Amino acid sequence: MIDLKGYGPALLDGAVVTIELALLSLALSLTLGLIGASAKLSKSRVASGIATTYTTLIRGVPDLVMMLLFYYGGQVAVNNLSDYLYDAYGVDFFFQFDPFIAGVLTIGLIFGAYMAETFRGAFLAVERGQIEAARAYGFSRWRTFHRIILPQMLRHALPGIGNNWQVLLKTTALVSIIGLTDMVRVAEEAAKAERMPFHFFIPVAFVYLSLTAISELFIKWLTKRANVGVVQGS
Amino acid sequence: MAETAPLICRDICKTFDQLEVLKGISLETKKGDVISLIGSSGSGKSTFLRCINLLETPTSGDIIVHGDPIRFTTNRKGERIPADNKQVELIRARLSMVFQSFNLWSHMTVLENITEAPIHVLKVPRKEAIERAEAYLNKVGIYERKDYYPAQMSGGQQQRAAIARALAMEPEVMLFDEPTSALDPELVGEVLRVMQNLAEEGRTMIVVTHEMSFARDVSSQVLFLHQGVIEEQGTPDKVFDNPDSERMRQFLAPNF
Repeated sequence: MIDLKGYGPALLDGAVVTIELALLSLALSLTLGLIGASAKLSKSRVASGIATTYTTLIRGVPDLVMMLLFYYGGQVAVNNLSDYLYDAYGVDFFFQFDPFIAGVLTIGLIFGAYMAETFRGAFLAVERGQIEAARAYGFSRWRTFHRIILPQMLRHALPGIGNNWQVLLKTTALVSIIGLTDMVRVAEEAAKAERMPFHFFIPVAFVYLSLTAISELFIKWLTKRANVGVVQGS
Repeated sequence: MAETAPLICRDICKTFDQLEVLKGISLETKKGDVISLIGSSGSGKSTFLRCINLLETPTSGDIIVHGDPIRFTTNRKGERIPADNKQVELIRARLSMVFQSFNLWSHMTVLENITEAPIHVLKVPRKEAIERAEAYLNKVGIYERKDYYPAQMSGGQQQRAAIARALAMEPEVMLFDEPTSALDPELVGEVLRVMQNLAEEGRTMIVVTHEMSFARDVSSQVLFLHQGVIEEQGTPDKVFDNPDSERMRQFLAPNF
């Protein structure tokens, strides 16, 4: 076992932060993705316009810029809002925009846009006849969605979701820049103090690698489940 | 007292953009009627069938299912839409449809396909729904395939499963939209035999078909559609042997 010079527990805590951050961002991005895809495909021009602006904007701006904008900009916005509320209504509140929240919001928002594109394609891949049969048998819109469209859409969406998840997981490393003590941040400090970059960054790389490897197995299992009823090669 | 007609359609018109597909089609069924809709492609017969269960909303005209007229209203754009989605769902559950391309839900087994709507739409208890499904699978002769997924079966078996799905709703009227058109020729027979049995049991059926021998032998009434109107109508003997319309004679010519 390699000697982590006493940084072991801190690195472990950092890894937990990384995983929490990634999972929460994933939940947010899946939610935003479903909403975004539904809005893009909806007949309402306002909804599809907003969703298209969202995905175009987000996908066109670097993740790092977005993160800085959210973290520093977010705090300024909250401060302005609390000043305004105090002046206008005498409401006194203060909210510290911490790097973890900023991280989840930014990463969730960015990957929500990618997920929206993935889901949109997957929704369109569901055969018309499958939906029509549901309607013809008296299904409500909600029942059609969650019994027929959702399970069939997932089989088309899973490869894309898996891909997005891997990139998302790696993107969490960016939060070390806005001061969140994740695994990368701890390793960076340790590497600087001990002048041993390989010693600390290689284990970090391994943690990322094992996380993505485990996720890949999980996605494979999910894909197998989602593809039930599909005859391979047909 | 006269029995309530399972289905009455009055003066159904349907226009897509500028294209007038149906120009006033009326139809009245008695219980146990088997009505065949025949005509060339583009005559409007499938569109008419899809208007009956509101997969298409008729531009004008009335649909009355067992004495219950479907209510319509107009939306902001001035288009006619069903007034009450709940009513439409209830009515659809009483008119089950068999599609040309089967449209069995591909992520469910045959048994799940058949019990899905009875359990969730008709609220039949699960145990009873399964018993019912198994009985109908027996009737269409594919009981041993109940745990297969649709993609693992032949087209003929899939269509028979789809017929069992329709039967499990115990519907007022069964709607068949060219049920044998997507099948390989050697599989057509098994599906037609099942449909013939249903007709003999006295089920009310409306069948859009290109199978002239089925229309002639099984129907109680034949409607020949041409360019969105009923061009010829009556018993099979009358329509096939003594048609009034020149178009009907031309349509039949290649068949004999």
